[in-house]
Amino acid sequence: MQTTSPSFPSNARQALADPDLQQALTKMKVGFVVNRANAVAKLPEFDTLRDEGRDIKNHVLSNLDTYLERFEAKVTENGGHVHWCRTADEARRTILDICRSVDAKTVTKGKSMIGEEIGINDFLEENGVTPVETDLGEYIIQLRKEPPSHIIAPAIHVPKEKVAESFFETHDQLDADRNLDEPRALVDEARSMLRQKYLDADVGITGANFLIAETGSTVIVTNEGNGDLTQTLPKIHIVTASLEKIVPTLEDASTILRLLARSATGQEFSSYTTFSTGPRRPEDADGPEQFHVVLLDNGRSALLGTEFQDILRCIRCGACMNHCPVYGAVGGHAYGWVYPGPMGAVLTPTLIGVDQAAHLPNASTFCGKCQQVCPMHIPLPKLMRHYRERAFERGLTPGTLRAGLKMWAFFARRPRLYQFFAGLKMRALAAAGRRRGRFKSLPLAGGWTRHRDMPAPQGATFQQQWDAAGGAR
Amino acid sequence: MTDSARARAQILGMIRKGKASQTPDGQSPDERIDAKRRGTIPARVDKDHAALVELFVDHATALSATVSRVDDESEIPGAVADYLAGENLPATLCAAPDPALQALPWDTRPALTVRYGRSDGADEVSLTPAFAAVAETGTLMLRSGPDHPTTLNFLPDTHVVVLRESQIVGPYEEAWDRLRAAGPIPRAVNFVSGPSRTADIEQTIQLGAHGPRRLHIVLVQDGEGESDGG
Repeated sequence: MQTTSPSFPSNARQALADPDLQQALTKMKVGFVVNRANAVAKLPEFDTLRDEGRDIKNHVLSNLDTYLERFEAKVTENGGHVHWCRTADEARRTILDICRSVDAKTVTKGKSMIGEEIGINDFLEENGVTPVETDLGEYIIQLRKEPPSHIIAPAIHVPKEKVAESFFETHDQLDADRNLDEPRALVDEARSMLRQKYLDADVGITGANFLIAETGSTVIVTNEGNGDLTQTLPKIHIVTASLEKIVPTLEDASTILRLLARSATGQEFSSYTTFSTGPRRPEDADGPEQFHVVLLDNGRSALLGTEFQDILRCIRCGACMNHCPVYGAVGGHAYGWVYPGPMGAVLTPTLIGVDQAAHLPNASTFCGKCQQVCPMHIPLPKLMRHYRERAFERGLTPGTLRAGLKMWAFFARRPRLYQFFAGLKMRALAAAGRRRGRFKSLPLAGGWTRHRDMPAPQGATFQQQWDAAGGAR
Repeated sequence: MTDSARARAQILGMIRKGKASQTPDGQSPDERIDAKRRGTIPARVDKDHAALVELFVDHATALSATVSRVDDESEIPGAVADYLAGENLPATLCAAPDPALQALPWDTRPALTVRYGRSDGADEVSLTPAFAAVAETGTLMLRSGPDHPTTLNFLPDTHVVVLRESQIVGPYEEAWDRLRAAGPIPRAVNFVSGPSRTADIEQTIQLGAHGPRRLHIVLVQDGEGESDGG
């Protein structure tokens, strides 16, 4: 997928001025946050399960080779195939080859972030295979030719009137005077339009929430049932999964499943959780004849043993973005690639390079809420800070910022000088701002005062107040 | 070496390189897989069987599934027919070719037409067995096989499931134990919690996105827990 991450600042400005988006985000901040809090409150064991979930993933990451080999052996034993792919390009070609082996015309797709990451839809289309997204949100954004703006609610930015617009335009065989005012009518129309597509498709592609080493199973978690129709009806089921999705046993998957839906939508369990193990058995009446797992690395193995390894625990619940004040203000598209919000701010520089995505780790107030709600205890602010450091080391930080930091560092290493000038500045600002109590504009601080007032200092620095209050040194 | 084999060798090589800088956590993957250790099981399922049955029914109905309860399996055809009539649905079923379902006295309800097999998308109502049910979240565990085509769980508008009280367990882990005891893992294990739903349009929940709009459970009392059942 093409990135617009380098233009995050202008993307964000546009997003702030988009009334539809702002309305959708306002709704999201209430819905997801309240629902999650309610679900967590109903499970007293939630925090213990978080610790256990983190430990499972840490254990897997320190034995990833063994678990992947075990998984592969099991898939093969069950009659399936595992395809190892280093890059997005290898994954795309592998999928196309499988499609071509049965002369596939159409491919149905369950929602998959790996599918977005490797840009599979455009690639298939360019090569004469028509991909049909079946998750309602993904279907909507496919019609609108947009990328997802949220990892679990891809069309969260689209108001229902715009959905109706796309449906009128695309489903032009239907009565032009039909009523599509309400979500119910839209859902019913998508259901009936996609029905035949499931039955006609030659290949079904889904993602995976988990891979199980014990059994060679792949797991999808959905609410609509589209993923199950996608993987049950066509001749071939292709699973796209990144390699860190693996867990040892069905029990380990169950532990993490207790965290997933609650963190994501606030449900106790999603409507459908499906464990798929190989192709149709000889005596089965239905199910795919072929079962392929496209196992994608795309830079993840290089994170093992580094300070960024923790991001590989991510289970893609979306809680970090649901609770993020920056995501809540600008939405997902501003981030400019597949993964938005705090997890995206860490994963995107990893996958497309810090030079492309240097803005993203800065798109954070470091309020820490993302880490607080992360079911896998990923220290997201710390990881973003590592990327800020990298960007600085590589000279990607703007010159003015570098000069400012250099000046600050000069004083910070000379405490007497620092305290002297800080004290001087506080007294000056206090005197200048005494009348109004705040500043509408300040030299060198336009970035701040353009959007809000700066409160006037009270005349003493923090260190002076600390000493005055008898604080320990 | 094929491309995939080369990719495999290189990916595993990268992983091992990264691993070298970590301290091993002392657990062997093989031992861990064999141990099948459970995580924390929520205390909400720490109940006797009769209470678990009630917990299952409470959770399932909260998820918009409907439940009718019968004392004996001979009453299943009647319960199914009454449900369909009550919902104004056609009295025609596509049922899983499960010997226990086939053995039911369907002739007591001659108005019902029952066909056995997979669904091709034209069936409005399906009838399937369940393998187990998880009281923890009101979740059915369905298992694919010659006696249970998976298409029946997803294609029809209305999915009716016959569940016996003795099939209800507390946590998912007990359902896994029963599944392992029943033989090799089937092609598909479907955990179903209520009917299909979506909130993809303006975050308003709508039932019946692509899977069944209605999930009805016929719960049969079959001995276990009957003395103190509520």
